Amino acid sequence: MQQIDPMVFVAVFQEMLGLAFWPLAGFILLMVVAVVLTVVREGRISPRRLVYAQGIGAFGGVLAVWAMLWFTSSRATDLLGGPIDWLLTLAIAAAGVIGGAMIVYVALSFAPASARRGPAR
Amino acid sequence: MASTSERDLTRRNVLRLALAGAAAAGWARPAGAAAKVATKARIVIAGAGAAGLATASRLSQRLDGAQITIIDARRAHFYQPGFTLVAAGLKPKSYAIGATRDYVAPGATLVEDRVVAFHPESNVVVTAGGQRFGYDFLIVATGLQLDYAAIEGMDTRLIGVDGIGSVYGGPDAAEATWRELARFIERGGVGLFHRPDTEMKCAGAPLKYAFIADDRLRRADRRGKAELIYAAQNKALFSVPIVSEKVRMLFEERQIRTTHDHVMTAIDPGRRIATFRTPQGRTEIGYDFVNIVPPMRAPDPVRFSPLAWQSGIFAADGWMEVDPATLRHRRFPNVFGIGDVAGVPKGKTAASVKWQVPVAVDHLVASLQGSVSEAAYNGYTSCPLITRIGRAMLVEFDYDNNLTPSFPGVIAPLEELWVSWVMKGIALKPTYLAMLRGQA
Repeated sequence: MQQIDPMVFVAVFQEMLGLAFWPLAGFILLMVVAVVLTVVREGRISPRRLVYAQGIGAFGGVLAVWAMLWFTSSRATDLLGGPIDWLLTLAIAAAGVIGGAMIVYVALSFAPASARRGPAR
Repeated sequence: MASTSERDLTRRNVLRLALAGAAAAGWARPAGAAAKVATKARIVIAGAGAAGLATASRLSQRLDGAQITIIDARRAHFYQPGFTLVAAGLKPKSYAIGATRDYVAPGATLVEDRVVAFHPESNVVVTAGGQRFGYDFLIVATGLQLDYAAIEGMDTRLIGVDGIGSVYGGPDAAEATWRELARFIERGGVGLFHRPDTEMKCAGAPLKYAFIADDRLRRADRRGKAELIYAAQNKALFSVPIVSEKVRMLFEERQIRTTHDHVMTAIDPGRRIATFRTPQGRTEIGYDFVNIVPPMRAPDPVRFSPLAWQSGIFAADGWMEVDPATLRHRRFPNVFGIGDVAGVPKGKTAASVKWQVPVAVDHLVASLQGSVSEAAYNGYTSCPLITRIGRAMLVEFDYDNNLTPSFPGVIAPLEELWVSWVMKGIALKPTYLAMLRGQA
């Protein structure tokens, strides 16, 4: 390998995702903007909502690893090839958790106030 | 190539790794961004496989006004690295089939015909349809021919019948090979794997398929019902000694029996016996499943043209006489040979094409400008050597049998890793397609 060119990666991911590439890229950008706007609008990060988002987002991590295993016809034991495999698994899981948490955090901000406060005590 | 000091685990390497999904096998390289060169040159490209299409794309990016003609009769484009996955039962044959026309660069003209004669002395090629194309520059990217007829008794119609498979034969053959392997897994018996003693494309593929057969048998809990034999054509299992030794260890661990100096010369489909030439004479091995890997040679129009090597190790099979560093013909300087047809020690893989094309294009463009290019191809090639479904070794090497890992210290070339399998499974095809478009 000689140099890294971000456009190469854009081209490769476009080939990988086909027509889904731009909608997916747009959705990710939208979620990032939505989280930022939510935090700015409220002037703080809601700790309670963050805990819910992370809790539910954890399922996103599991889902991401499971999807990757499925897409690559792999088994869970294949993830144990070496340290780089563990790191890749963690990175995939982290992406799932962060993505899931962002979606849940934004979604909860639109929920009725009672739901946002969480279960009645 | 990276210097030794650059091979440490640096932030740059970590960045590379983070982007590794798309950079599989050292494929990431920026598209040429230099200003276009104005020219009226007529450039003919014989062959619209990986090398031909990628070259057309790169040339159209670099040149303004050139007349680029790409000649190939086959309308389907085959993603050949996918054949193994089809033959492993993991992908449908459609996975390996595209349409040539979809990847022809804007500005290039596709002629659906086949070059049957090269006349480099008069700068003309002639097609099967009787068309003559004059050129200022010629790119020969015809690929190679699979010489099934060189194995007595073998015929492509036998693929998918009576235990005969052949992963290399195309998408249909790869799919038929999987059907035969699946039957073999049910019935058991002797599974026979081998390779020819000619130059060949992706020399790791015959090994991969032996590993896949072993893995499929184990997954079906049928390994005890089968004996697997790998008949190597010489005393090694792979041309790179350190890789050969690793494969030897893995074969031993997986109980794949190895026999050396065996070159298949005949097959008797009725009796299910393959005949091999060995230093001790002819020997026969019975099989219940065999993956036939035919001898490979340059296509006849190249082989029997002045473009072929006239002497030396590449002459007999008619590989093109090109400079290994520039891919420029050694006797006809306006002719380049890229991809499988090139008579160079290694480099019959799509990864090689990825690295060869920018070099040859740079030399061609330099010639148009009256300058000299410093670009050189070092023989880089890459083989995601599948050792079981879910694991592979990302083996990269050069002309001198040096390992040239893209991610030194991060992705070990001789370790069976999931990350290498992931690259093979989901990143290589999109990278390959981006390469065809000149974007990777």
